[in-house]
Amino acid sequence: MNTAYNFAFFDEGSKREIRRATLKAIAIPGYQVPFASREMPIGRGWGTGGLQLTLSLIGKNDVLKVIDQGSDESVNAVNIKKLVSDTTGVETTEETHDATLIQSRHRIPEVPLTKDQILILQVPIPEPLRYYEPSESETKKLHAEKEYSGAWLMLFEQIMKYGSMTTGADHPVLVHERYVMAPSPIPRFDNPKMDESEALILLGAGREKKVYAVPPYTKVVSLDFEDFPFEPESFEDKECRLCGSTGVFLDELVDEATDETVYQCNDTSYCLEKLNAVGVK
Amino acid sequence: MGYVAVKGGTLAIEESIKRLKFERVKQGRTIEVEKIQAGMRGLIDQVMSESSIYDETLAALAIKQAEGNPEEAVFLLRAYRSTIPRKHYSRVIESDEMQLERRISASFKDIPGGQILGATTDYTHRLLDFRLMEETDESVQEWLHQFHNEDSQNEEQVTDLTLAKVLDYLRKEGLIPPCENNNQEPDDVTRESLEFPSTRSQRLQILTRGQTGAVTSLAYAVIRGYGALHPTVGELRVGKLPVTIDHPTSEGNDEDSYYIGEVQVTEAEMLMPVSVEKEYGKKEMEFEIGYGLCFGQNETKAIAMGILDNCLEHPNNEFPSHNEEFVLYHIDSVESTGFISHLKMPHYVTFQSKLDSVRKTKKEERQEVNS
Repeated sequence: MNTAYNFAFFDEGSKREIRRATLKAIAIPGYQVPFASREMPIGRGWGTGGLQLTLSLIGKNDVLKVIDQGSDESVNAVNIKKLVSDTTGVETTEETHDATLIQSRHRIPEVPLTKDQILILQVPIPEPLRYYEPSESETKKLHAEKEYSGAWLMLFEQIMKYGSMTTGADHPVLVHERYVMAPSPIPRFDNPKMDESEALILLGAGREKKVYAVPPYTKVVSLDFEDFPFEPESFEDKECRLCGSTGVFLDELVDEATDETVYQCNDTSYCLEKLNAVGVK
Repeated sequence: MGYVAVKGGTLAIEESIKRLKFERVKQGRTIEVEKIQAGMRGLIDQVMSESSIYDETLAALAIKQAEGNPEEAVFLLRAYRSTIPRKHYSRVIESDEMQLERRISASFKDIPGGQILGATTDYTHRLLDFRLMEETDESVQEWLHQFHNEDSQNEEQVTDLTLAKVLDYLRKEGLIPPCENNNQEPDDVTRESLEFPSTRSQRLQILTRGQTGAVTSLAYAVIRGYGALHPTVGELRVGKLPVTIDHPTSEGNDEDSYYIGEVQVTEAEMLMPVSVEKEYGKKEMEFEIGYGLCFGQNETKAIAMGILDNCLEHPNNEFPSHNEEFVLYHIDSVESTGFISHLKMPHYVTFQSKLDSVRKTKKEERQEVNS
């Protein structure tokens, strides 16, 4: 453990300030609370918002899991985990249910989270309206007035142009029937997991200096139209080539030997657990 | 035994860090921090200014670790800065207390106290000096010895040179309108995030810690044609400012305050001619001010900051350089380089998700053609 720095890198005053912003975020679901984002020893845009939330919350008894695009072993996840355990000495894990704090980039684990866990998502662009309104003071007004016709129009235009909604990841959601929120670039597949989630979900954008939250048991609805319902990515008739799971988010790979397209669980920890449970060699 | 996930990330990172160290030291020689401090004043000043931390030794260390890459050095110092508790705010510094090393005005030739060139590259010929290939510590020390001898032969040694501001002189003459001191407690952008409309103190802080190149480019656009401002350097100063803090129990008492050191800064006061409407629609020309101040000797940046300060005082959405969100959100080195470089991270899930949408539109297209 690196003792040249305070526990969890920051001085206590900085941690307290981030927690204050977090409490406000929980009190106003989906509302982006500005906070004095600190520069971190990892790249601005590489998960500093999530990292600041993790460091402000972590205590000696926490167990930390970090995933990047579904993988515990992705270089950036490893790097973030290393920094947190270096400055806190806390235990890290790859098992989703063992973790008390889960920091993730662009995925919500396949295993349902519980009330004893906090999910921290890293956010690149926290403003769901930024796509059509570049000005921050304007989007702030639009949120205050609950003026979201632009968000609907954006989806409507996609349908007019392409015949369907073409949002990739980061499909906007309405939180607690009040704020339109960017769920961070999680695939559409993960959007429904936010609805009535048992676990507290915190979202941190370091570069954009915003914190927001989905408290437990909050209504989260993906924006759509009656005649054009919201559709998650489809993995119909496909299964994981390793554990055989269906109904999970799959990575598309090319089998170098046969040149065929094959599929594999994106959530590596989930896949591993499945494999170990069924006890195939 | 159960399955083990594909490992590799941890090991790959370790090897990559080893490789990075190899690149830094592969010639079997190292550059001492004190040598960087001795010979890289320009880079140290730039790095301190963009990092908003004034410490030449730490800046030199950051430059060494970053192999001279300013973006990386600034990043290191900013991250270090996040771990330091804020114990004091300094007392207000009046910039006319500056111990001058250099001071020029491009607006007026005869300024009280005269033009003082100080150390500047402005009038050097930019010819590579091949003799520096052979320069040694001894030859440098010999030159220094001679320099000091010459200096002591000159009649009077001027130390502690302070002079009245050129602009104050113009105000007395009635050429520029008087300005009131704004004693509002400044905001601190590193403790509370920027919100719009911003205050002047927030704008000046973001500008002074902006990336030198970004600040310069935007100001260049302004004077070249986007905003059509033609400013003049009212006064440019380089010198040292004393920093004092209050005694903890007697705040605001000048007598009891502590002197904690000095910082070298560059200060630019820019004059912008504008026409103002007077009574009965009569128009008059007047001068407005743009203010730039940054750590170290960073003259281009201070002047550019002065230009942008004035632009942001007069918002105009026709020009990005006059739009506070455009300027203030995009000139920070750590933020811009961080977000650009994040594109190197894996985007497998997000890309898969986009792929799904693209396929869906293709499928629908095909169905339409077939039907």
